[in-house]
Amino acid sequence: MGKKFVSVLATVALVAVASCAFAAEAAPEVISTISWAAALGMAIAAAGCGIAQGLGLKAACEGTARNPEASGKITVTMLIGLAMIESLAIYALVVNLILLFANPFVG
Amino acid sequence: MAGGLHPIFLVEEAVKAIGLVDAHGHSLIPGNVLYSWTFMIILILVSTMATKKISLVPRGLQNFFEMVIGGLEDFVVANMGEDGRKVFPVLATLFIYILTCNLGGLFPGNDAPTANINTTASMAVFVFVYYQYWGFKIHGTHYIHHFTGPMIWMAPLMFPIEVIGHFARMLSLSLRLFGNIRGEDIVLALLFMLAPIVSTVPMYFLFMLADVIQAFVFFMLSMLYLKGAFEEAH
Repeated sequence: MGKKFVSVLATVALVAVASCAFAAEAAPEVISTISWAAALGMAIAAAGCGIAQGLGLKAACEGTARNPEASGKITVTMLIGLAMIESLAIYALVVNLILLFANPFVG
Repeated sequence: MAGGLHPIFLVEEAVKAIGLVDAHGHSLIPGNVLYSWTFMIILILVSTMATKKISLVPRGLQNFFEMVIGGLEDFVVANMGEDGRKVFPVLATLFIYILTCNLGGLFPGNDAPTANINTTASMAVFVFVYYQYWGFKIHGTHYIHHFTGPMIWMAPLMFPIEVIGHFARMLSLSLRLFGNIRGEDIVLALLFMLAPIVSTVPMYFLFMLADVIQAFVFFMLSMLYLKGAFEEAH
């Protein structure tokens, strides 16, 4: 068998084996509430993060348009600002990960 | 792990094969410790290779490292002034180590030590202690004036707020790095279950960029906190 065929076969086998198996020890209402909370929380955090990063990006583009020579510094500042804003959404993600996988009230 | 996956980490498997296993079959030394040692050994080996024959006109590996470290030092001195040279080795070590850890986690068979809250929290605690140490060393007891705000009668109000703010820096440093790298792991695992190669390969590029940015953000924030400790109070 060709090398390519074997590697494709291996990938398919891995995907077939790696099926979800979420261990659920909590009551269905609790799981439903946790799922709602995680999804909504992450969605709101992503929305706020998107708006804020969009504003930052808008200012960076305008600054570069006014003064193309400063585009290097502006880009670096923009990237740093984007990472800072992103971290707020990451805090929401960490709370969701705790809720989903390391919930102290469940299991 | 996300979706019930049980990833195979090569260094951990090697340690288990030697026999350092506990009752449940996990290796005695935690995975993140093992991988931080691995990346430390890699960095030490690469550094000794780069500095074996130092020449005035750099070639090869020495050239690459001179570029990285020279660029970092220029950045630190441009932002912090000449005081930056005193703390530059620590900052550059933070950046290069975190960058190696992050990028190494994307390698198949590896786990990023920074994907574990213990690694990132330990680095954040170290940065916190380090810049407080420099603050006390330079200013002595006048370092308290950094926490009291612009006017002395505001001190009882400003002091708790400033202390909480400083502790929040530790928290945010560790959580930012941990959340980013762990999030990348989970997204890659989930995308691999959905659409194995087509979706994961482009995400790799995005995550390599995000790794570099996160290492740089950690380094830059540590530099800014040190700068705040060095400079005079309000």
